[in-house]
Amino acid sequence: MSLVARHLEENGIPTVMIATAKDIVEECGVARLLFVDFPLGNPCGVPFDEDMQSDILERALSLLETAEAPRTTVVAPYTWPEGEDWKKTIFTEEQPFLEGEAYDNWMAAKERYRKLKKEGKA
Amino acid sequence: MAEPVRYIDRTRDYYLSQGYEKPYRWAHFDEVPFTPLTKPLSECRATLVSTSDVAVRGADGEGRDRSEEMLVGNAYSIPSDIPVERLFSRQEHYDKYATHLDDVNSYFPISRLKEKVAEGRLASLAPRCHGVYTSYSQRRTLEVDAPEVLRRCREDEVDIAILTPV
Repeated sequence: MSLVARHLEENGIPTVMIATAKDIVEECGVARLLFVDFPLGNPCGVPFDEDMQSDILERALSLLETAEAPRTTVVAPYTWPEGEDWKKTIFTEEQPFLEGEAYDNWMAAKERYRKLKKEGKA
Repeated sequence: MAEPVRYIDRTRDYYLSQGYEKPYRWAHFDEVPFTPLTKPLSECRATLVSTSDVAVRGADGEGRDRSEEMLVGNAYSIPSDIPVERLFSRQEHYDKYATHLDDVNSYFPISRLKEKVAEGRLASLAPRCHGVYTSYSQRRTLEVDAPEVLRRCREDEVDIAILTPV
């Protein structure tokens, strides 16, 4: 997603990203990032909390107005309502990230990519 | 507030423990392009771009996915006037232990954007929003998907883009 943001910026379209994986986005580097410290899946707010979602979007829009240079990161002032324990268990052996069909799909996609790469198409 | 999760370290360790030796190389650049906003947001047309695998339920109730018809590379579009009730996500790469994807607006805030337009904060929402399927190939994202999203944004005279990776 960061690669798409960069391409739009290079071609004259201002972007703002709303994301939960701060380190991955910053490793690539984007113009504007609103970091929301929530589990992977809900960058735009707690499900069904419309007021929070509206506020998060407003913060992203404000960032479009105020950022003066690339790599501007703003942190949304929210913590996950059920606590921070999810941070300890994400990507651990106790909680495999992908299981069953999801794991098979991921492996199949990886295999397709390997094949394309071998053929020089990826 | 606890520190943010260091996903790059965490996933590398996790996949090493699963027997994968070669860690994924995340994209890294020293230079970052930047386009300043040159007009008020109230005069801007916005679009939404997401990797949340958002899709459209078929009108016939059989799950036919119209978005596939517009697929180029890994990029596809969702008509912005589609009722939000018809949108859902097939994404599997999220923290299923901590949350769920039952509320589209928690990762694809199309209703919230429409409210900003109604309030006058934004001029309009573009006729299309966009999805990009996550690819292992950064080259393919750079050479096919990103230019396709740009092309569609230009066609729709988009002024600003809001991006939501999942």
